[in-house]
Amino acid sequence: MTPLFQTGNAVRVRKGSPPGHIRTPFYVRGCKGVIERVAGEYRNPEELAFGRFDTPVVPLYRVRFQQQEVWPDYQGNPQDSLDVEIFEFWLEPANPEKT
Amino acid sequence: MERDFTSRSHHDMGGLEAGHIQYNEHDYEFWEKNVDAMLVLLTSMSPKLMSVDQLRKGIESLPPDAYEKMSYYERWIFSITQALQYNGVLTTEELSRKLEEVQSRYETEEV
Repeated sequence: MTPLFQTGNAVRVRKGSPPGHIRTPFYVRGCKGVIERVAGEYRNPEELAFGRFDTPVVPLYRVRFQQQEVWPDYQGNPQDSLDVEIFEFWLEPANPEKT
Repeated sequence: MERDFTSRSHHDMGGLEAGHIQYNEHDYEFWEKNVDAMLVLLTSMSPKLMSVDQLRKGIESLPPDAYEKMSYYERWIFSITQALQYNGVLTTEELSRKLEEVQSRYETEEV
């Protein structure tokens, strides 16, 4: 599966909260970040969690967020960032100019 | 009372107030080591008998009060048991009979 995003692309995490096993932390859903790297491709843990061990692999990314984007009341250095590994199906393209 | 059943799952607590953290090391009980070893075997056999993701899903499905009361490896063995029943590795009857056998052995040895 060809990755949809490349390093440097602006992305936004989908805001869904489906039942099941979800690898995308609640606190980054809805946040905007930048692809730090394409981190390979792996079977979908959300399907593996139901015992389906032979589903296709999907791209995984390391996404970099500004701490102030994730935590609006963040008190630390405004340059601080946070990296989270997120599967492609949780990401949408984002406009890099707009917040 | 919060009625939004579709938002944050109880276990997904990143960013919440953590309270006081205890930094001291502790020893593991023998049964806890057994549980850890069992999961490694179950997930690395070919074909594997369960996945780590199934382990996580089972733990995350615990109601909040049970999640809080159970210890780390109690949550693991709860979830491993469920996954093995679900995947057809163990039948409920087999599990039931074995539990009875262990219980009676324990009661005999206790004298």
